[in-house]
Amino acid sequence: MNAITTLQAPALERFIARARGDVSVLRGDLPTRAVEAWHYTSLRDVAKVPFEDAPDADFEAARALIDAHFPADLNMARAVFVNGRFTPDLSTGLEAFDIAAFSPGSGAMARPERDAIAGINAALAQDGLTLRVPQDVDAGRLALISVDVGQGRFSTHPRHRIVLEDGAALSLLDLNFGSGAYLSNPVFEIVVGDRARLTHAKVQDEDCEAFHLALVYADVATRGLYDSFTLTMGAALSRHEVHAGLLGGHATVHVNAAQLLDGDRHADLTSVITHGNPDCVSRQTVKNVLLDTSHGVFQGKIYVDRIAQKTDGYQMNQALLLSDRAQIDSKPELEIYADDVRCSHGATVGALDEEQLFYLQSRGIPRDDARAMLVRAFLTDAIALIEDEGMHTLLDAAVDAWWARRS
Amino acid sequence: MTMTDFLTVTNLRARIDDNGTPKEILRGLDLEIPPGEVHAIMGPNGSGKSTLSYVLSGREEYEVTEGSVRFKGQDLLALEPDERAALGVFLAFQAPVELPGVNNANFLRTAVNAVRRARGEAELDAVGFLKAVRAETKRLHMSDEMLKRQVNVGFSGGEKKRNEVLQMRMLAPSLAILDETDSGLDIDALRIVADGVNSLRGPDFSALVITHHQRLLDYIHPDRVHVMAQGRIIHSGGPEVAHELEAKGYARYLQAAA
Ligand SMILES: Nc1ncnc2c1ncn2[C@@H]1O[C@H](COP(=O)(O)OP(=O)(O)O)[C@@H](O)[C@H]1O
Ligand SMILES: [Mg+2]
Repeated sequence: MNAITTLQAPALERFIARARGDVSVLRGDLPTRAVEAWHYTSLRDVAKVPFEDAPDADFEAARALIDAHFPADLNMARAVFVNGRFTPDLSTGLEAFDIAAFSPGSGAMARPERDAIAGINAALAQDGLTLRVPQDVDAGRLALISVDVGQGRFSTHPRHRIVLEDGAALSLLDLNFGSGAYLSNPVFEIVVGDRARLTHAKVQDEDCEAFHLALVYADVATRGLYDSFTLTMGAALSRHEVHAGLLGGHATVHVNAAQLLDGDRHADLTSVITHGNPDCVSRQTVKNVLLDTSHGVFQGKIYVDRIAQKTDGYQMNQALLLSDRAQIDSKPELEIYADDVRCSHGATVGALDEEQLFYLQSRGIPRDDARAMLVRAFLTDAIALIEDEGMHTLLDAAVDAWWARRS
Repeated sequence: MTMTDFLTVTNLRARIDDNGTPKEILRGLDLEIPPGEVHAIMGPNGSGKSTLSYVLSGREEYEVTEGSVRFKGQDLLALEPDERAALGVFLAFQAPVELPGVNNANFLRTAVNAVRRARGEAELDAVGFLKAVRAETKRLHMSDEMLKRQVNVGFSGGEKKRNEVLQMRMLAPSLAILDETDSGLDIDALRIVADGVNSLRGPDFSALVITHHQRLLDYIHPDRVHVMAQGRIIHSGGPEVAHELEAKGYARYLQAAA
């Protein structure tokens, strides 16, 4: 092993050349696996590519992709971003929402000086959803659709800012898909006010040649709820990284996820949940279904501040390996400075149960259908954790579609 | 031996890999069940009764090393478990398997429609299925609430057995193998289960009832009773065999076979 700790990155040189804003956040190189936070996920393949500005959107291609991914009967307002740009012609039902024009400048919550991926977004973001849900308003459901489509190697860096004022509510369906060998690099800055409730259901189904590096910063105030679920199925390499802060008493955060991977895909779910106040609750159930030579990563850190007494933290990572060449890396981490806390974590790895398979087959169910049923069963309790039940059907359908098309 | 062309098991030998060493469990078993008959198998623990039921229904971990099983003119051993189910084989498990995360009604409907599809019959829609299943749960004195639960999860022993009988009735088998379905049932449940079997009796329904107890056979009257020991059928006779076993135990058959 040589002691390279940074990647000499054509990607970064190109990012610097493309950046219109502050490039200081881009000085330095991409982290290598010698950096603890990137131990299980290598950015080598990303660093090699000099990603260009996204081409002009091909509306017909984008529309076709949306039709393929977004159930036609889904009656939901939608904000559509094609190649990182808000696209009014494909968006609908937004009149009811308080959406402001995008303003550049590095976000208040993202920490570009500490995180290279946030830095890239800070330097290159040109658009994003800036949404405010006013006090005590339940804004209902909104689909945020991000489509990347085009030839060549390009990257998009949307930055979304979502603020729920005290007592507000929103259910956000965050869909990500596309066609091409692009890098999708979205950053979310989310503020959940007192007693406010945000559901954030994400589906990442990017092209199998694409990269997806997402960062979510969510601050939750007193008695607020950030209820998130991330379904990852796509991209060659992806990471969904969440930094959630419990900033008021009795606040709750759910960072649940399922990673369904086939082929040679690599997906990483990384989270840092900071209990900064007493009586807060964090819940995390992450399920992995791994086929072929795929590789799942879970890194979950729960940090409990000295003053965060009565913290209730739970973390579970489970992997179903459907091939003996699939791989899971799991790194739970508890860092606790308060003395009166309840934190538990666990991990399981296993294959499908032959006895269960036989039971189903003996009832006439063909083996592949039986496997599908057990995979669905494995995911059921995680999907059921989303508090907006309307999202369950949608995610179930996405899981079914994934199973039906997998290689 | 007459060829009835229903179920004919000839010189069946099967083994299992027991932590690296092959262990022979079925050692030359012969059995013949004609259409429309109910046969019972009785035998001491460990004689291979459950193994026989698994081999007939297609559990992969048991390796058949010799012999044959013909069912309705086909080589049963060449078929996948689901193909056997479609052909009419049903096993009520001695220890029904729990399926966390699988809804009982969905499971049952998936199974019924898979079998109907394979048999070339029309699938049941949600309404048709519900009607059919309600009629059966009523007959078996089961609450519809059980349909909403996860398959066998948190079921009592008796509930699991009833759930097996419910599946049997919904799947309309022509050969039902009931592996100690009576164990763990109180007398009322036993009657209900027996009725669930008896009401299927007819020229197109045969059953192989594995039991330790005469008690069940008081309600399901077998046409023949087989005594099994050490992987073979060592004695066959009429219903009186069960009474003799109940009164005198297995010893005399075991000695006779030795
Ligand atoms: N999966 C298995 N692994 C090892 N031994 C087994 C297995 N299944 C059955 N056996 C052994 O085979 C013999 C017969 O078992 P079984 O068929 O369950 O008998 P019965 O149902 O008559 O009680 C027993 O000695 C049992 O321990
Ligand atoms: Mg047994």
